[in-house]
Amino acid sequence: MRTGAMIEILLYISLVVFLSRPLGRYMADVFTGEGKNALSRLLSPLENFIYSICGIDKNSPMEWKTYNACVLVFNFFGFLALFLIQIFQSYLPLNPQKFADLPWDLAFNTAVSFMTNTNWQSYSGEAVMSYFTQLLGLTVQNFLSAATGISVLLAFARGLAAKSENGLPGLGNFWADMTRSVLYVLLPFSLVCAIFFAGQGVVQNISPYVPASSIESGEIQLIPGGPAASQVAIKQIGSNGGGFFGTNGSHPFENPTPLTNFIQLLLILLFPAAIVHLYGFLTGARKHSNAVFAAMMIIFVLFLAASLFSELSFNPVVNASAPMEGKETRFGPELSVLWSVATTSASNGSVNCMHESLSPISGMLALLNIALGGVIFGGVGAGMYTMLLFVIMSVFIAGLMIGRTPEYLGKKIEAYEIKLVTLAILAPAVITLLFSATAVAYSAGSCSVSAPGPHGLSEILYAFVSAAGNNGSAFAGLKSNTVFYNVLLAVAMLIGRFCVITPVLAIAGSMAPKKITPVSAGTFPVDGLSFICLLCSVILIMGALTFFPVLTLGPVAEHFLMRSGVAF
Amino acid sequence: MSEDMDRISDIIRERGAESVSEERSAISDSIREKIKDSLFYHERKKFQEGVLKTSFIESFKKLSPGCQLKNPVMFVVYACAILSACSLTVDFFNDRASFFSLQITAWLWITVLFSNFAEAVAEGRGKAQAESLKKNKTANIARKITDGREEKTAAENLKKGDTVVCEAGDIIPGDGEVIEGIASVDESAITGESAPVIRESGGDRSAVTGGTKVLSDRIIVRITAEPGDSFLDKMISLIEGAKRQKTPNEIALTIMLSGLTLVFLTAVATLYPYAIYSQIASKTAAGEGNLTLPVLCALLVCLIPTTIGGLLSAIGISGMDRLIKRNVMALSGRAVEAAGDIDVLLLDKTGTITFGNRMADNFMPAPGVSIEKLADAAQLSSLSDETPEGRSIVTLAKEKFGLRGRDVKKFQANFIDFTAQTKMSGVDYYDADKKADVKIRKGAAEAVREYVILNGGAFCAEIQAAVDSVSRKGSTPLVVCEGGAVLGVIELKDVVKGGIKERFAELRAMGIKTVMITGDNPVTAAAIALEAGVDDFIAGATPETKLKRIREEQQSGHQVAMIGDGTNDAPALAQADVGVAMNSGTQAAREAGNMVDLDSNPTKLIEIVEIGKQLLMTRGALTTFSIANDVAKYFAILPALFGYLYPLDATGRGALAALNVMGLASPQSAILSAIIFNAIVIVLLIPLALKGVRYRPAGAAEILRENLLVYGVGGIIAPFIGIKIIDAAICTLHLI
Repeated sequence: MRTGAMIEILLYISLVVFLSRPLGRYMADVFTGEGKNALSRLLSPLENFIYSICGIDKNSPMEWKTYNACVLVFNFFGFLALFLIQIFQSYLPLNPQKFADLPWDLAFNTAVSFMTNTNWQSYSGEAVMSYFTQLLGLTVQNFLSAATGISVLLAFARGLAAKSENGLPGLGNFWADMTRSVLYVLLPFSLVCAIFFAGQGVVQNISPYVPASSIESGEIQLIPGGPAASQVAIKQIGSNGGGFFGTNGSHPFENPTPLTNFIQLLLILLFPAAIVHLYGFLTGARKHSNAVFAAMMIIFVLFLAASLFSELSFNPVVNASAPMEGKETRFGPELSVLWSVATTSASNGSVNCMHESLSPISGMLALLNIALGGVIFGGVGAGMYTMLLFVIMSVFIAGLMIGRTPEYLGKKIEAYEIKLVTLAILAPAVITLLFSATAVAYSAGSCSVSAPGPHGLSEILYAFVSAAGNNGSAFAGLKSNTVFYNVLLAVAMLIGRFCVITPVLAIAGSMAPKKITPVSAGTFPVDGLSFICLLCSVILIMGALTFFPVLTLGPVAEHFLMRSGVAF
Repeated sequence: MSEDMDRISDIIRERGAESVSEERSAISDSIREKIKDSLFYHERKKFQEGVLKTSFIESFKKLSPGCQLKNPVMFVVYACAILSACSLTVDFFNDRASFFSLQITAWLWITVLFSNFAEAVAEGRGKAQAESLKKNKTANIARKITDGREEKTAAENLKKGDTVVCEAGDIIPGDGEVIEGIASVDESAITGESAPVIRESGGDRSAVTGGTKVLSDRIIVRITAEPGDSFLDKMISLIEGAKRQKTPNEIALTIMLSGLTLVFLTAVATLYPYAIYSQIASKTAAGEGNLTLPVLCALLVCLIPTTIGGLLSAIGISGMDRLIKRNVMALSGRAVEAAGDIDVLLLDKTGTITFGNRMADNFMPAPGVSIEKLADAAQLSSLSDETPEGRSIVTLAKEKFGLRGRDVKKFQANFIDFTAQTKMSGVDYYDADKKADVKIRKGAAEAVREYVILNGGAFCAEIQAAVDSVSRKGSTPLVVCEGGAVLGVIELKDVVKGGIKERFAELRAMGIKTVMITGDNPVTAAAIALEAGVDDFIAGATPETKLKRIREEQQSGHQVAMIGDGTNDAPALAQADVGVAMNSGTQAAREAGNMVDLDSNPTKLIEIVEIGKQLLMTRGALTTFSIANDVAKYFAILPALFGYLYPLDATGRGALAALNVMGLASPQSAILSAIIFNAIVIVLLIPLALKGVRYRPAGAAEILRENLLVYGVGGIIAPFIGIKIIDAAICTLHLI
């Protein structure tokens, strides 16, 4: 491994560790309404103005059912707007390339994809989407889907930490949470980053594509433009990952310099990591949130180390180490792998290399990383609330092992919560396996595969894992813009998003009124080394046991074949 | 035994009920010897021997779909066994059946039977006890009293509120309360303890249980239970498991296990299309035994948590059974689980922490008074004092100075009883030797001081010092005086039971706070609390303060256990999360609690907590073990299933054969070894399920670390070894 790359990776990890805490503190101040800072003083009149014109009472808390209904209705209208913009984009302004209306299945897939914070893209942005669609459709949804994730986490945290003495506690107000998420967190940071990226050379215009004659053949080539910087900033901050251009972060207009590469990488993990601390500040369980952070970091480093090792190992098929096919020479293998691990951890989905071109094991780890549930930091909000489901599961097992009815943050975990946790953890996995099997079994699915053999299986599996895990990155190679995949993937994304959100809110609702048992020597501590080990094991074993059989037929078989010098 | 009975009857007549307990302890040893030969124990042992045979038959009876549906995990195994039997039958008629498929199918059925067997063994142990209980339910004739006349009627016709009379030799016809008389009762039918107990009207020992036998004297009992709802009936149905309901944690675990089963079902079902895709991609044909229905069933059964699924109900039943063995009747499984969660324990001081009665321990004479004179006066004043304290003074005087009791009638003495107002008792008599009236008083220091001063005496500083030092030790000082002269101080000591401090230390290590309840004053209470090592105490406790304390603890989120026997404990017992009533207690107390301790031993709660914790831990440990096992099973079955895909050389060895890290002989033997291991593990773990995993008091993190190491890491390693051994055995026996 190159020394420079090594230093960059270490710097990266330390920055995530050290910057996430103050950012989490800032968010906690914003969401609790405590602690004044320059930004909140500047923006609070705007916040109050929004409340007054929308008729929102920020102090009226909601029950879980109301909160959930708000999430669903709000997201449905977001989906509807985006769907309509796409199928009528030729009638709308800001379309200098005169792109046609999108077919219903692609529009449906994309609308679901951006609403669910997945940002799976069955299209290339520069080839089909008008500036209007990109700006007012996709970018807007990037903000809203990220804010939805943060809001659900806030409700969950409030439910888990609620003290029942103060009457029946609500989970907060969805509209206020959304407003604050966008206004104080997503918007200001995106604005600053967008300006920075534009300064670094990321495109930001609304002019028509520029024709240029290529040096090689003299043919006329269209150089695309568009409001990219504004979308790139939020795609990383909001764990969205949907690129302005088809090749995402490997496109020089989206990620032009080593600096933009590093900052984008940082943004991918920084916000999800800060949310872990936010949770600690909100619930007062600081030690616990640190332990969760540690568990996430351990798995992240483990996956990164294994991926790097595999990628840099000798590949007998191409007779070289670290083959560069499918990767940007600007970033090299190390930073490509770092990005692939970060983006699959964070449920982000942006890429700076083609994951199909990773070594079989690196590719498998990227896949498994998503399949674990997007809990290694995960999406903003979404990562933490899914992680908390695993925490509850771990605490349940630990409770049984120590002979005491399990409790989390002093509240008893009972059959109802376990039912919901099981549903939320398992639904995405079951859907992934079922849909991938369907795609493999029918020619409508299997004919889209570009590589034969085990790699083809990985392509299909990766697509559904990515959709159900709301990640959105693609293994590439799979021709997914077909009615079959557009519809099936969209359904997987919906299940992956709302079969988690609704149970999460229901758990918040059922935990909120429970009494808090004081800590004693018999209480299982959720901050020690035992807890970190248990949590890591539960996450890894659950993921591994579910996906091990199919992974053996895909990347594992490919790995052994590659080692024997056989390629398909 | 009848001699013993006679002695007890005599004692009862002579001295009343209170003194019996002391004498009884001496007798009970001899009786305990006899218990071993008694019918009850003999029956029980015989039944336990028969359990294995009955369970074997039961495990086949339990194959009915109705039984299987109760357990989702085992139902999947059951369905797999049926499916694979069907597939085998079809193959048989097409002449394609293989010995391999037959073996797989057989082992699937054996897995189901093993799990049934585990449940049957657990149930069988309880049934044996229930049978012997039922013997006591044989038709009894009750001597019912109607309008003052006695008439004979069948026991089952008795209604709540009827009164019956029972004399020596009668079986008490139903649960009730003694309203007149006192008797010794043999309760061995329900407790297994044949030392007789005293039952008397009024007070805290008035409850009698139907089916028990009156050994001496005569009592009149008011029936308090409707027929069919008596304590004995409840016990039988509990033991038989007829009313066994799943406990909250068991339900939660079942949900999680069902979820896991569903995931593995999906993983295995979807494996078929993936494998077909890979076959086409690698241009290979499936080998023999690959991906047939029995093989897929075997894979599924290996992966789903059958170890815990198969033993789950056995664990629950045996938890109850362990309580019964310790002579505790839990009226619901929920209470047993709740016992494991207890973090505050309310204990009565008397009888639990201390031996109960304060006993005279020391005579401290006033300056210039001989110790013999003090002892003599003390004894004289206590002769008619039937309180335990009074008797202990007589006993101490007898032991220390050989002072025998005197015939009180000769003295023409006038005994003055203790009253709450005077706080003194004593004796006035005419001393023939001194020709003078003697007034001896003993009582609380304050009261005696007033009395002495009233009689022209003085309460000297030495006496006050002695009184204070006794109080500071947590003992009770009794001052004795003769007229205006103080003779000295008697120290009444509340003796703390040996070893109790260590038990409380264990409880503290478990995270349980102990609170001592006592009617004593705060100083005495504090001293005893310190000596016994409890965490907190309530002095001057009344039933209301007990109830209030329990409510407060519950308000702040604690789970509270309480032990009591008296009617005034009933509200507190009902309020507590775990209320343990003493069997010797009143009917009201027994109904208010959710457990009854047949031994009436208050420290039993520690064992109850342990059993509650063990119950959960056994489930947790086996769940972890079960899931950890899957790793090895994957490494056995997946290379067996897919080893032929993507052949690397002419031998047909595929790319995935490298996953066969155990070096199992052939694909068939690998699959067979895995399924055999899976089945055998259930049987091997039956003893663990019945006994429960070892519990020692320690902090949560420590217990978790230990159990994770044993059942988690152990669960990963063990099947690698086990499957390899079975594989070697299969090859040696040429089963493949």
